[in-house]
Amino acid sequence: MSVERVNVLVCAGTGCTSNNSALVYEKFGESLKKFGLENEVKVIKTGCFGLCQKGPIVAVYPDKVFYCHVKPEDVEEIVSEHLYKGRVVTRLELSEEDMVTKEKILDIDKIKFYEKQQRIALRNCGKINPEDIDEYIAVDGYEALGKVLTTMKPQEVIDEMKKSGLRGRGGAGFPTGMKWQFCANTPGNEKYIICNADEGDPGAFMDRSILEGDPNCVLEGMAIAAYAIGAHYGYIYIRAEYPIAVQRLQIAIKEAEGLGLLGKNIFGTGFDFDLEIRLGAGAFVCGEETALMMSIEGKRGMPNPKPPFPAVSGVWGKPTVINNVETLANVPQIMLKGADWYNKIGTEKSKGTKVFALGGKITNTGLVEIPMGTTLREIIYEIGGGCPNNKEFKAVQTGGPSGGCLTEAQLDTPIDYDNLIAAGSMMGSGGMIVLDEDNCMVDVARFYMDFICDESCGKCSPCRIGTKRLLEMLTKITKGEGTMDMLDEMEKLCHEIKDTALCGLGQTAPNPILSTLKYFRNEYEAHIIEKRCPAGVCKALLKYSINPDKCRKCSMCARNCPVGCISGVPGKEAYKIDTSKCIKCGTCMASCRFGAVERH
Amino acid sequence: MKSLEDLKKMREEALKKVEMREGGKKYRVVVGMATCGIAAGARPVLNKLVEETAKNNYDCVVTQTGCIGMCVYEPIVEVYDNQGGHTTYVHVNAEKAEKILEEHIGKGKVVEEYTVDAAKNR
Repeated sequence: MSVERVNVLVCAGTGCTSNNSALVYEKFGESLKKFGLENEVKVIKTGCFGLCQKGPIVAVYPDKVFYCHVKPEDVEEIVSEHLYKGRVVTRLELSEEDMVTKEKILDIDKIKFYEKQQRIALRNCGKINPEDIDEYIAVDGYEALGKVLTTMKPQEVIDEMKKSGLRGRGGAGFPTGMKWQFCANTPGNEKYIICNADEGDPGAFMDRSILEGDPNCVLEGMAIAAYAIGAHYGYIYIRAEYPIAVQRLQIAIKEAEGLGLLGKNIFGTGFDFDLEIRLGAGAFVCGEETALMMSIEGKRGMPNPKPPFPAVSGVWGKPTVINNVETLANVPQIMLKGADWYNKIGTEKSKGTKVFALGGKITNTGLVEIPMGTTLREIIYEIGGGCPNNKEFKAVQTGGPSGGCLTEAQLDTPIDYDNLIAAGSMMGSGGMIVLDEDNCMVDVARFYMDFICDESCGKCSPCRIGTKRLLEMLTKITKGEGTMDMLDEMEKLCHEIKDTALCGLGQTAPNPILSTLKYFRNEYEAHIIEKRCPAGVCKALLKYSINPDKCRKCSMCARNCPVGCISGVPGKEAYKIDTSKCIKCGTCMASCRFGAVERH
Repeated sequence: MKSLEDLKKMREEALKKVEMREGGKKYRVVVGMATCGIAAGARPVLNKLVEETAKNNYDCVVTQTGCIGMCVYEPIVEVYDNQGGHTTYVHVNAEKAEKILEEHIGKGKVVEEYTVDAAKNR
């Protein structure tokens, strides 16, 4: 066996891949050969480290040095300096300045971004090679399945699950053990387990990252669930827009089958379990479980009324359990370490940890896993580093199109399912989008409503027609054509849709409007009464002008204006914008070096 | 794979692939690998250390560093333990490296004759 002295882990998650990490990986191979180190250093592709903002990330072990923003042209320096001569390339090293002592922190475990996190679902992301089942086995992979199959009865597995307090991570937060129990109680010898990997919220990428970084733990979780409920076949429903995740799942399934960890007579216990991947075409509604099952059956993805619940009559009319990716990723650890270990983490009613995808106006865009009960403030300011460019925080949107916006006043809310609902939003699958003073809340509501209108399947009229009417009203308001009556009308319609829509998509669709109406009514009123967009986003309400006192008559704005609506004489006469022709593109503002262009 | 035993065996084998990422070893063996160290023959020393450690499952990680500042004594190997202890070996070659592992890491006994103090007093 060849012995390497150094492991170089290159992030191959989607975020870093789109920042060219695949080329970085290749360059390492080339450079190492050049220095004759190819037998001493192993380069491994791994899953998401979470710090997507600083990607591509490269970690060097055993030195435990993390490099960030690594470009292909930096690779040779890392190889020649660090790997050949042992000198860390400090210019690329990930570091943080201690807020009090101003000392440079290099230890990855002490950096704020990681310090507050507790990684259970993400435990192997950025640590192992997701395309090598050996590495998963090395970190206790498939041991939980072995333990469950050889020492526990199905009912014991379910009881352990109930005791752990794990709730569905897809958004609704239904207790996982209960779900398994319902399905196990339903008679029948043909049952199914489905992994819902149809992650569709704008800005959410938790499930994708788990599948990309540690696909085997989801397979193991599914096998355990299957054993508990008495299923022998499973489906992973994943969208085709996640090609890296799909590919790694395929590799993992093949490897697990090769080792006999999937298939017939697993661990010699007589338990059989097979699964297959079903690709979705990326319809948001297919994340709703009844629609998802229609899609698996090859029909048009549309929801059905419940009951019957999937646990009674699911895919192919058979009892089915549908669990989210993150839920399943937690299962092996719970079985291995015990429910009593797990239920000590988190709050009274929400146990364990939750993965959030941090996005929007935040310094550390990325993926974080925190124990339930952590406050929004800790996530946004301590882990996320707050809003960049000294902008003022305005709101945080959680739960995607089904959730709502929370303000500064709710930042000290400890995160759990019930607290977020009480505050007017929801956990959702874990997208967390931070908005700052430059975001218009009416526009944000309009964005989500636009998304919902696109994604509504059209089966029930409250969702199909109601959301369209809401979008029309919102659009009018952003154009300055709204009336105060519209606000009441919208609110009324929102509640009607909530009460009457067929599935979760429609029932939660009005949430972004309701929460922004509740917390940011003043912004709606500014649009309607003053015909003004306070954040300067809604184009129709903007007006650009040039302050003649500040104008240096350089002609830069006029030369850049795409419609030629700015006139003046270079060096002699201040420039002016003809507002009747202006398309409000903002190019003049961006090109003026003296801050003379003003937006109202 | 047909039993839990098989899985255990596989895990022990696979552990070698990932263990350097885990940390938690008793000793850290550091080789000076700057130009001076490499010129004096640090590379065969490093390779020997890595090989022997893997072969004998010594409780240590082998890693490298830049110039330690005593170029005249290169190749230098430093051994740090997790109690804060620190020993510097000088003029190390592959043979001495093997002995350092065997005695110091394996049995916890410092090889006095190879240390920097011994070299200074010589």
